[in-house]
Amino acid sequence: MRKRIKLLAGLAVLIITAGLLLSGCGGKDTGAKAGGDKEPYKIGAVIDISGPSSSLGIPERNTLQMLTEKINAAGGINGHPLELTILDNKSDETEAVLAVKKLIDQQKVLAVIGCSSSGPSMAMIDTVQKEKVPMISLAAASKIVEPVQERQWVFKTAQSDIVVVNRLAGYLKEKGLNKIAFLYMNNAYGDGGRIAFTAAAEPAGLQIVTEEKFEATDVDMTPQLTRVKASGAQAVVIWAIPPSASIVTKNFKDLGLSIPLLHSHGVGNQNFIDLAQGAADGVILPIGKLTVTGQIPDSDPQKEVLATYIDEYSKKYNSSPNSFGGYAWDAFYLLINAIEKAGPDRAAIRDQLEKTENYIGVSGVFNMSATDHNGLKEDSMVNVKIEGGQWKLLE
Amino acid sequence: MDKNIVFRAAAIIIFLVLPLLVKSNYLLGILIIIGLYTIIVIGLGILMGYAGQVSFGHAAFFGLGAYSVAVLSTAYRWPTFAALLAAVVVPGLLAALIGRPTLKLKELYLVLATLAFGILVHIFFNEAREITGGPSGLTGIPYLSLGGLVFDRDIKFYYLVWSTVLLISLGVNNLIHSRVGRALRAIRESEHAAETSGIDTASLKLQAFVFSAVLAGLAGGLYAYYVTFISPSPFGFHTSVLFVLMAVVGGLGTFWGPLLGTGLVVALGEILRWAVPLAIPGAGGEYQIIFFGVILVVIMIVKPEGLGSIIKFSKKSVEKGVR
Amino acid sequence: MVDLSSQLLQLLFSGLTLGSIYALIALALVTTFNITGVLNLAQGEFVALGALLAASLFAAGLPLPLVFILTVAGVAILGGLVERSAIYPARGASSMTLIIITIGLSISLRGLALLVWGTDPLLLPAFSSGGPILIGGAAINPQSLWIFGLTAVTLAMLFAFFELTYLGKAVRACEINRTAARLVGINPGAMSLLAFAGSGAIGAAAGIFIAPLTLATYDMGFMLGVKGFVAAVIGGMNNVGGAVLGGFILGVLEIYSAGLVSSGLKDAVALLVLLAVLLIRPEGLVGVIAGRKV
Repeated sequence: MRKRIKLLAGLAVLIITAGLLLSGCGGKDTGAKAGGDKEPYKIGAVIDISGPSSSLGIPERNTLQMLTEKINAAGGINGHPLELTILDNKSDETEAVLAVKKLIDQQKVLAVIGCSSSGPSMAMIDTVQKEKVPMISLAAASKIVEPVQERQWVFKTAQSDIVVVNRLAGYLKEKGLNKIAFLYMNNAYGDGGRIAFTAAAEPAGLQIVTEEKFEATDVDMTPQLTRVKASGAQAVVIWAIPPSASIVTKNFKDLGLSIPLLHSHGVGNQNFIDLAQGAADGVILPIGKLTVTGQIPDSDPQKEVLATYIDEYSKKYNSSPNSFGGYAWDAFYLLINAIEKAGPDRAAIRDQLEKTENYIGVSGVFNMSATDHNGLKEDSMVNVKIEGGQWKLLE
Repeated sequence: MDKNIVFRAAAIIIFLVLPLLVKSNYLLGILIIIGLYTIIVIGLGILMGYAGQVSFGHAAFFGLGAYSVAVLSTAYRWPTFAALLAAVVVPGLLAALIGRPTLKLKELYLVLATLAFGILVHIFFNEAREITGGPSGLTGIPYLSLGGLVFDRDIKFYYLVWSTVLLISLGVNNLIHSRVGRALRAIRESEHAAETSGIDTASLKLQAFVFSAVLAGLAGGLYAYYVTFISPSPFGFHTSVLFVLMAVVGGLGTFWGPLLGTGLVVALGEILRWAVPLAIPGAGGEYQIIFFGVILVVIMIVKPEGLGSIIKFSKKSVEKGVR
Repeated sequence: MVDLSSQLLQLLFSGLTLGSIYALIALALVTTFNITGVLNLAQGEFVALGALLAASLFAAGLPLPLVFILTVAGVAILGGLVERSAIYPARGASSMTLIIITIGLSISLRGLALLVWGTDPLLLPAFSSGGPILIGGAAINPQSLWIFGLTAVTLAMLFAFFELTYLGKAVRACEINRTAARLVGINPGAMSLLAFAGSGAIGAAAGIFIAPLTLATYDMGFMLGVKGFVAAVIGGMNNVGGAVLGGFILGVLEIYSAGLVSSGLKDAVALLVLLAVLLIRPEGLVGVIAGRKV
């Protein structure tokens, strides 16, 4: 009996020790030892690979791994091989903070890419500000890079809510639709949209006649839409992602509402159309150009990089890339360009990032400045209408 | 008893020396999180292991502590230590308020009530935008400062958290061997018998509940000062389950249980995170949840009194676990 | 502009649809609870697994009736397996231990679903084609009628089983007095297995019927399970008719509070009702009105 007790106690201690040791050395290095014998440049990424945001994180991870291999095959950065460590934050704020600390303290990374969603990105900001490490977020919320004086080290590649809102407001004004019902999903994404849309509505002469929210797990949005119906709205703007975005669109059609329905860029994937079972037809939304690459004119400056990304990604992973992967592509190249100019120095990399001018990426043409750490304008997106289950470029 | 002292002294020495051996801040970060969870699990251990009650809503108290600190130290600019006190008082008061009617409930009704309470508080964090910042959370929480000491580095935080764990453990250990501890155990064995022998069971259960809420609030307050950003997501139902899992894995009503349970669950998470992608390439962290679920089930079937009971170092010091 | 009465009617339709989903889950819960004494917190996961499995089988090209049979049978077997592997070995344990076990099961099953199906929602088409039916200015989805039908059929089958069959009577005997039941040759272990397989089947059927409205996702089960409990508690834990009534009360209440007061209130209302019922009338609101159990 005593022997068994000792054995089990020993086992428990062993598990804890092993866990702690592994936590110290885990993490995947995708750095090939290519590119001469110069010291490798280390960068890190904290991505939502598992958990609720994994559908965003997985294409981002794939893109980053693909690009790292590509860079190293081509001889690295100024002859230095690139070493990229990707950590999973499980879509969780605390894990994101722990992961970024690990990257900074142990891997001594020059800069950090991540996270995929707004919550974990926000959680990492205090750490990178304190440690003075450049960070490029892949998430949407404007709050991540604003106010810039408190976010000196933070940049982001996804279009801010305000870009999307301005496009939506512009469309509504153009069509003479002034009374708007605004529906949003009750999480950080929807909340960000609500704040941005409310702020933009008044200056654009739009009146929000009703504001409704629903939970990400809700299965029936009829009550909210009934209120919309009673409100006399001329158009509905919904800020959500599938599946709830699909369900609300379906309910909208089932209730026989015939006013224009506008969505945010959160529904910019095929999944939304499939899940809405035909109800998505007629929906209008602003979207990154990647989804409609085939339809944008050849004169568009982004056309070439879009085609390259689609080609390289589909060859490697046998599936089409999406705009989330595109955010990772842009973050990667913005960072590589900055490191090329600045060398292995965190502060110099930050300065170079801020000076980014006319970088043509998947998500748009970036022009950063001391007051704008996103660098994208309304022309980074296009309006599309869903017709027969297909994206149709408007304008 | 001698052996016990030796082990505890060894533990204290390990606690003091560990950060000097640990060169990585990440590991230190994990040790801090283990410490914070241990504080909560100690409280939950008293509630479950001694008073015989269960709570599937302790993430709510954890969150209330964290939000108390976040709101008071940012919007109201309270001194950080005063905000930490509030993180203890607010959950404690709430527990006192809801405790008496709730603890009258038996078994599954108690589970449901605490579960509902936890989800309600979580909804409050999401909905009360003016106070909590809603789903987007609150940023800009300052560092904790006590006197002239500012806890801005992980190493300082490590000593702060683990000193707290140590003090609480010793305090609880004394409590358990006092009259109150014996009375609590009596409730666990048979509430009726305890009642008839003149123990005010309702009041004692309430005290245990409030005490566990206070500890969860304290941990929450410290968590907010450590991460310096909070949003509702870490304070949901799953965290409550995680706490119960830690308490149960470690063993209820044992001295080492809370530390062991927390350490094992966190370490296992790290091992799985490392091992699973090796075995199955491309797999994410989703395996982890299955394992946690399965482990919980297996332990409850095979050893409902928890793993802590297998390393009792003194026959006298620890009573047998709950049934 | 819509007038108030048609708005109220619209909300009533939604509330009844949601209510019958809750009622189905509550039915399965109450049945299991009364036979085995186990409150199965994994019941919602059976619903999710049913919806997911059906969506995959349908996508593989099987006809809908076959999909239904295979899915219900599959999840029923899983329910039985779960009972044998986790509930039966712990049969002597306290009810608290058993609840923790079912929570563990719920986590495991959700993880399993995540592993097999991933995070993307799946689709199952509506059973009957055609748009919503308009009644008095309000629209009702044909799928809602299917769900009402399933609730009615399930309730009728449970009633017939308990009242008319020998096995059903054996189950009830087992519920009234285990020892006595054993003495007359009824095996409580077998009854427990039957209860879990049955609740797996009911859960799966509910999942298949609601999937066209809600889509199928790996994490849809938890909140449905919780709502099912709230419904069961409102109705009184030992009352099959009460469970159905509790489900409808909860569904209508939720939809009215969301539609007339504020959409953020919806989940809070359900939980506040639960707490109020627990603290004021733990035997259930309907317990007194509906009379005897099962």
